[in-house]
Amino acid sequence: MNTDISRLHEAVSWQQLTPGCTITGSMTSAAFRTGEWRVDTPRFLEEKCKQCLMCVPVCPDSSIPVQDKKRLDFDYDHCKGCGICAAVCPFGAIEMRKGEK
Amino acid sequence: MAYNFKETMNREERLAPGHRMCAGCGGTIAVRNVLRGLHPEDHAVITCATGCLEVSSFTYPYTAWKDSFIHNAFENAGATCGGVEAAYEALKRRGKVKGNYKFIAFGGDGGTYDIGFQSLSGAMERGHDMVYVCYDNGAYMNTGIQRSSATPMYADTTTTPVGSRSAGKPQYRKDIVDIIAAHNIPYAAQTTFVQNFRDMHIKSEKAIYKKGAAFLNVMAPCPRGWRYDTPQIIEICRLAVETCYWPLFEVEDGVWTLNYEPKKKLPIEDFLRPQGRFKHLFRKGNEELLVKFQQEVDRRWEDLKYRCAR
Amino acid sequence: MAVRERLSGNEAVAIAIRQINPDVMPAFPITPSTEIPQYFSSYVADGKADTIFIPVESEHSAMSAAIGASAAGARTLTATSSCGMALMWELLYVAASNRLPIAMALVNRALSGPININCDHSDVMGARDAGWLQVFAENNQEAYDNFVQAYRIAEHKDVRLPIMICQYGFITSHAVENIELIEDEKVKAFVGEYEPEDYLLKDGESFHVGPYAVTNYYMEAKRAQAEGMKNAKRVILEVAKEFEAMTGRSYGFFEEYRLADADYAIVIMGSAVGTAKDAVDRLRAQGVKAGLLKLRVFRPFPAEELAAALAHVRVLACMDRTESFNNECGPLGAEVKSALFDAGLAPKVINYVYGLGGRDVTVESITSVYEDLIQIDKTKEMGAKYRYLSLREE
Repeated sequence: MNTDISRLHEAVSWQQLTPGCTITGSMTSAAFRTGEWRVDTPRFLEEKCKQCLMCVPVCPDSSIPVQDKKRLDFDYDHCKGCGICAAVCPFGAIEMRKGEK
Repeated sequence: MAYNFKETMNREERLAPGHRMCAGCGGTIAVRNVLRGLHPEDHAVITCATGCLEVSSFTYPYTAWKDSFIHNAFENAGATCGGVEAAYEALKRRGKVKGNYKFIAFGGDGGTYDIGFQSLSGAMERGHDMVYVCYDNGAYMNTGIQRSSATPMYADTTTTPVGSRSAGKPQYRKDIVDIIAAHNIPYAAQTTFVQNFRDMHIKSEKAIYKKGAAFLNVMAPCPRGWRYDTPQIIEICRLAVETCYWPLFEVEDGVWTLNYEPKKKLPIEDFLRPQGRFKHLFRKGNEELLVKFQQEVDRRWEDLKYRCAR
Repeated sequence: MAVRERLSGNEAVAIAIRQINPDVMPAFPITPSTEIPQYFSSYVADGKADTIFIPVESEHSAMSAAIGASAAGARTLTATSSCGMALMWELLYVAASNRLPIAMALVNRALSGPININCDHSDVMGARDAGWLQVFAENNQEAYDNFVQAYRIAEHKDVRLPIMICQYGFITSHAVENIELIEDEKVKAFVGEYEPEDYLLKDGESFHVGPYAVTNYYMEAKRAQAEGMKNAKRVILEVAKEFEAMTGRSYGFFEEYRLADADYAIVIMGSAVGTAKDAVDRLRAQGVKAGLLKLRVFRPFPAEELAAALAHVRVLACMDRTESFNNECGPLGAEVKSALFDAGLAPKVINYVYGLGGRDVTVESITSVYEDLIQIDKTKEMGAKYRYLSLREE
């Protein structure tokens, strides 16, 4: 059975911890919002995008979702605003907004 | 193994967001693209050495990994992964495990070149059916940018600081792929984030599916340690390859192959200049250091070409 | 029918391993435990066990691979001694905190330096706070019997902790003694199948082991781990009861030898116990009320039970086969005295360091300990509380 991590908050009792601090189930980190770290923010200019997907593999935060071989808008819950995607985009379809959350 | 870029990008993500690696980290770019080498229907068990990747990707109770995952210690990812693989063999033999599993270990250069070297060597020599992936950022980044045996010559690190009597790290980096290849394992290769990940994808898939022990060394720049602006990472990787500082090559069943030869080899300054850790090399009076650096790159490049031409 | 044999302790333990036929055994040779992986790999080579034996390049990798294999769902063990276990140090803690029921056949040997290959407890006593169960044997039969019981204790869902089954460098590991082996099928039935709840290779499910845990979790994690050690007390006795029903051989936390009415007693562990029993018998023949308590289980430490068994003793000696360099006592002495204190008992207690690096333990040397106890009782003078036995000095 998958671990319900919502009950493993930082005030949890020792009896409620999972055995050996193991976790069953996958990708529970999605519940942790690293988007709050962002200083600069990428904007997806869909009209300029040719769906070449070159921005997808360079994202360190798996924050450019792909569906049916097409990228969607950024996952702003997690994007840390590093700007690598904007640097590799050949079509100017990603614009970095400085100091914008 | 044809590379269909869009097909590959369409594969299900195996590393979730929400991990605590720095913005612009090369380590998770390496991990995501290695894991894309797994066939979607296969399971994997990931082993991770202690380091940035481990503490950031499995911070209780948050795990970023889709596949089963084990962290043991800093210096033993090779042996740990070997133990998992042995368990798979044992349980399969006894009909206690279903499905097809692959075994991938990740370690930084500290956990690979240095403290975990013996454990890695043992696992490779015994021939466990596994891949060990080093995400090589050329220093102990997790503890704050201390030199490793993967750190390039003259790099300014916190244990080889540049000073009035120091030009940074005095030694050149050791060639881990050569050393692992000398174990005569079926597959060892070096790659980084170039060519739209074509080289890296092909090597990852080969390393994962080649029967026996395999080793992959992936240059994974660290913006904090190398001191460049995060968006520059892909350009820096390109320059590493175009200057022949980081050749793309593989050793498959004993055969050395150079996977890419630049049409015009760029001077090493092009790779060094964007990085703050080499800033001192461009001060007046340090011209000789750049010459020495270039000579070492040239010597190793010629040596590699010779091996690959045999 | 049980099988009567004459075996060394190493061979006896290797036979127990063959009978259990675990999934994975990584091991590295070190004197005096080398024979265990040697014997066992020959069983694998001859098809008498189908365990995956991993001939690793160090003890560090032995424990590392054992942790990987155990987390992956395999019944796993290793064998080692002395410096070999010292090299595993960090991983002993990892195994215990990940709640992995790995078994270790530990053949006790002195730690360097000077380098020495003979018996003492410096290896196992150094690991007493690592979170492993620690069980000691007096002779080959007990080493074998303890190993057969090991997984039942370690794998119990209320325990889930790794276990060290100790025997003694050369004294039991290499000396050949009469032994009664249990039939293969009975051992298999007794130990049963390993069925962990979650593991890395479970049916395509995703399972994650070994996180980084911030301060908010670490202390609770340690407390949860301690609960396994508490539960182990109950489980050890339950397993011993079942074992007795199968073999007629009885085990507990400790054995009391002529202790019930003893005025003078020693607390001692391991292979020197046989010699000490001879000394007790001779003293009893002379009318001295001597007795001893042979501790079998050091982790968990059976403090209350031990204090109750020693409550009537007038003068007591704790026998430590290691030096802990605190100038006051050895590890066994410290824990026994603490148990007595907590029980409100205050007998006179002295503590001996003995048998280091294989120093002979004789009936005479143990008798001299009882003579010291009698002397203290007579004179009411404690003298030195922390003493060396059979030491040359000026």
